[in-house]
Amino acid sequence: MNGSLGRAAAAVLRWGRGAGGGVPLAPGVRAAGSGAGGGQAERLDGLVKKDKVVVFLKGTPERPQCGFSNAVVQILRLHGVRDYAAYNVLDDPELRQGIKDYSNWPTIPQVYLNGEFVGGCDILLQMHQNGDLVEELKKLGIRSALLDEKDQDSK
Amino acid sequence: MPSVALLRRLVPMATRVCSSRGCAGSATIGPVEAAIRTKLQQALSPEVLELRNESSGHAVAPGSETHFRVAVVSSRFEGLSPLQRHRLVHEALSEELAGPIHALAIQARTPAQWRENPQLDTSPPCLGGSKKTRGTPAP
Repeated sequence: MNGSLGRAAAAVLRWGRGAGGGVPLAPGVRAAGSGAGGGQAERLDGLVKKDKVVVFLKGTPERPQCGFSNAVVQILRLHGVRDYAAYNVLDDPELRQGIKDYSNWPTIPQVYLNGEFVGGCDILLQMHQNGDLVEELKKLGIRSALLDEKDQDSK
Repeated sequence: MPSVALLRRLVPMATRVCSSRGCAGSATIGPVEAAIRTKLQQALSPEVLELRNESSGHAVAPGSETHFRVAVVSSRFEGLSPLQRHRLVHEALSEELAGPIHALAIQARTPAQWRENPQLDTSPPCLGGSKKTRGTPAP
């Protein structure tokens, strides 16, 4: 997981440097569509499209601070996904609200695959259980580690 | 021998109002839980609605109504992706999600899917959230 440690940390730092120029939303204000402070929506758009696998968590992959965020981390780990961008919303209240507005999704964690919003922990878990996650990762050119396990079992 | 009337008064509201074994047997249903039930019933006419207040497992004050798990079984989910199903639930509960609800675990199934596995799952354990110390309840 060393690769993703450095990667995740770098991703959080990139976000931290980028933030501050946008217009913060008042607490509880839901921004409709692209109204989420134009600059912020663009920044988020860039974030979710920059990497194949992008997650917004409470905490970090090394130290999740929420059971649901941890579940996302563990599922990705099971599939051997090492190279993903993880953003810690607890470090940035603007990000925490901004991503909810951008995704039109009220809770954290949030998972993006190939720039597309996939869902939260429940949906990722469902995809993991029914084999869809292996397929989606395959489309991104990522071979799930579970396939390798299966191959080993059948030898 | 207690009278039937007396027994009825002693039985907590929750066990009568709860439509399934999903209820944790709490003495009262709080306003948020009641609102969730009502709104989901109105929006999705579910065949089964199991709701559990999981707040006591998180770093929040006792009696909180912040963390819930819900299983909604409705034929309105036929043909919809998990994402679409969850968004329907979110729409029905938009006020609560903008307000008191901090976490909502959703199982959104069609009746056939529910019959295969009629169970309200358990959520993963809390890891402290934004509180610095794990597992310490908020004052």
